[in-house]
Amino acid sequence: MNPDASTIAAGAPIEVDLSPIAEGQDIKVFWRGKPIYISHRTKKQIDEARAVNVASLPDPQTDEARVKSGHEQWLVVIGICTHLGCIPIAHEGNYDGFFCPCHGSQYDSSGRVRQGPAPANLPVPPYQFVSDTKIQIG
Amino acid sequence: MSGPSDYQPSNPALQWIERRLPIIGLIHSSFVAYPTPRNLNYWWTFGAILSFMLGMQILTGVILAMHYTPHADLAFKSVELIVRDVNFGWLLRNMHAVGASMFFVAVYVHMFRGLYYGSYKEPREVLWILGVIIYLLMMATGFMGYVLPWGQMSFWGATVITNLFSAIPYVGESIVTLLWGGYSVGNPTLNRFFSLHYLLPFLIAGVVVLHVWALHVAGQNNPDGVEPKTEKDTVPFTPHATIKDMFGVACFLLLYAWFIFYMPNYLGDADNYIPANPGVTPPHIVPEWYYLPFYAILRSIPNKLAGVIAMFGAIIILCFLPWLDSARTRSSKYRPLAKQFFWIFVVVCVLLGYLGAQPPEGIYVVAGRVLTFCYFAYFLIVLPLLSRIETPRPVPNSISEAVLAKTGSKATPMVSTAIVLALAGSLFAGSIDSAKASEGSDTPPGIKWSFSGPFGTFDRGALQRGLKVYKEVCASCHGLSYIAFRNLSEPGGPSYSVAQAAAFASEYKVKDGPNDAGDMFERPGRPADYFPSPFPNEQAARAANGGAAPPDLSLITKARSYKRGFPWFIIDFFTQYQEQGPDYVAAMLQGFEDKVPEGVTIPEGSYFNRYFPGHAIKMPKPLSDGQVTYDDGSPTTVAQYAKDVTTFLMWTAEPHMEARKRLGFQVFVFLIIFAFLMYFTKKKVWADSH
Repeated sequence: MNPDASTIAAGAPIEVDLSPIAEGQDIKVFWRGKPIYISHRTKKQIDEARAVNVASLPDPQTDEARVKSGHEQWLVVIGICTHLGCIPIAHEGNYDGFFCPCHGSQYDSSGRVRQGPAPANLPVPPYQFVSDTKIQIG
Repeated sequence: MSGPSDYQPSNPALQWIERRLPIIGLIHSSFVAYPTPRNLNYWWTFGAILSFMLGMQILTGVILAMHYTPHADLAFKSVELIVRDVNFGWLLRNMHAVGASMFFVAVYVHMFRGLYYGSYKEPREVLWILGVIIYLLMMATGFMGYVLPWGQMSFWGATVITNLFSAIPYVGESIVTLLWGGYSVGNPTLNRFFSLHYLLPFLIAGVVVLHVWALHVAGQNNPDGVEPKTEKDTVPFTPHATIKDMFGVACFLLLYAWFIFYMPNYLGDADNYIPANPGVTPPHIVPEWYYLPFYAILRSIPNKLAGVIAMFGAIIILCFLPWLDSARTRSSKYRPLAKQFFWIFVVVCVLLGYLGAQPPEGIYVVAGRVLTFCYFAYFLIVLPLLSRIETPRPVPNSISEAVLAKTGSKATPMVSTAIVLALAGSLFAGSIDSAKASEGSDTPPGIKWSFSGPFGTFDRGALQRGLKVYKEVCASCHGLSYIAFRNLSEPGGPSYSVAQAAAFASEYKVKDGPNDAGDMFERPGRPADYFPSPFPNEQAARAANGGAAPPDLSLITKARSYKRGFPWFIIDFFTQYQEQGPDYVAAMLQGFEDKVPEGVTIPEGSYFNRYFPGHAIKMPKPLSDGQVTYDDGSPTTVAQYAKDVTTFLMWTAEPHMEARKRLGFQVFVFLIIFAFLMYFTKKKVWADSH
């Protein structure tokens, strides 16, 4: 009952062009049936994400560990709440990040959980920069 | 099932069979001669009601499966086609969907009855545990069945429930992948849920056989909780229990038919009339009403794993009930303290159900935690403690003694309380019709519709005018893809003749093909064609309308609702108020205002609407006075347009509504007569036994 061959084949890596995304905007792409948020973060959002005392977080992780160095403005996360799988809404909540409408979990501008029942941060999918304006997810 | 039967059929053919397979003797000893305690009350008829409901669900389900397509792209549409095109498909679907709810109503009454009269105590522990297993299987079956229509609530309910298993340490993620058959809920998930939804009812039927077997070995419990000692304590199953069960089933059918024919969507969620969309989460995910208490327990625990454990623990704990409550007196009738705590427990369960339907914020979270504590405290603290400290009242020596003593003082007030509470519990479902339009918008005013109430019919003039408004105004952006031109001439609709419908169809250009050269071509519409959609696909619709795709209008009056709130959802059950959707649509069409009130900001490209959730709507004001000409002299005002087009859209959402209400009346006349006949037959049969 595990995924069949065609389902696995359809889950191959995809490339996403980042050039049309302006600063402060974000897009949602689907990979393996999961929504992936790609945010072009503002300076303020990056500073906020880095000013937090990491030890105080429910799932401690530095912002540096969640983005690719040299591309700090790009945040790529799987947009599935780690509580029960709803899709959080971008640019909502108290932390300049994501807000899950189902059970009220809130994530910051680095996709880390800050409030609510979610146990973990929004996961970062495997991805790499093919060029400065293009990433490959998967 | 109480040992070898001495029954011998008189017919020689049956004797021949009986010597080789003593099946008639088995049936005779189990359901005819079987001694049943003579003091059973009507709460004991729910066993028969449950057997009846299981049979009903399997029968309707097998027929529905003949017409259903388990594919992510086709499932939603195939359900709509069952309702619209299959002969009496609307009836089958309502019977099956409402039947699931009624099954759970009956099982909850049955379980609370067992709890109150101590039916789980020695020697009936295995009987009780088999019952808990049936209940678990029912929950799994009900959940998977709810996924099959593939609406928004189906999809997101499936996502939330399957994600529960990801809380299990180490193996959780692999289990979830195994359940999904992919990387998220999708087509493989739907397929396997369909397969399992077909399988599990037969497993339930198998466990029911074990349940009845165990029951016939241990014998039935009874309201006084003393075992039958002499012949005088029992009556034969047939005719006494049979006729009493028939009367119970007839009364239950009246409630069932009330939902099937008059309020089929009362227990459902409006969001499930929106096709599943993996990219949009509904603002408020609620399971079906019968899971709400457990959903409330899940949400009240702030830790994910602990929440899941608590939720499953709340059911599993029932298996240990025979050992948690070690009091020797069975029936709460003779346990003054246990009786009071039982009723407190019922109220706790009902309140948990209410909280499960509310958004998880503020006071609801705190109340949920308190009630979750109360739920577990009943089993883990109250019952073990009571069985040690409580002094029960003296139990009668025998059942016949209890029956004789009872003839003096009948009808305890407790029974009436129980009925009121059971009813309130079944009505809590209404609160899940919530939060659709509740966030920052006004309540739509109620309009008097020709189609409301038990005898409501569509106003033909309004349907024809509404079709004109749709064609000249709405159709430029909104599709009507479930309606074919032939529907316009079908009974219960706008009453056009077949020729008129054909002429109406021929005004449309329909894409057909490929022809022999392999090209697609356009031809005039035929009655069998469906209304063409204004955009080729959703992306085109989105791009042409500033990012917000105009929804298809076929089901819009069923897919929109607004929060009725307490106590309205209880009153609605009796008044058969079902018109939240039409009220909202008509109000929204008239709710546009140029002047934006203070404190509300409307983004660029949106318009202010008083009734739209959040007030900012992408659709500009669609209707203005005099825009559409009417031939029949009706006023050409926005209010009249809104009312007409909403009436038309109510018909498109449910073309067989008139047939439903008409058949409902006939069924009610039959059921009431049948119930009376059963009642008087029962009185006659039992005349000597009281």
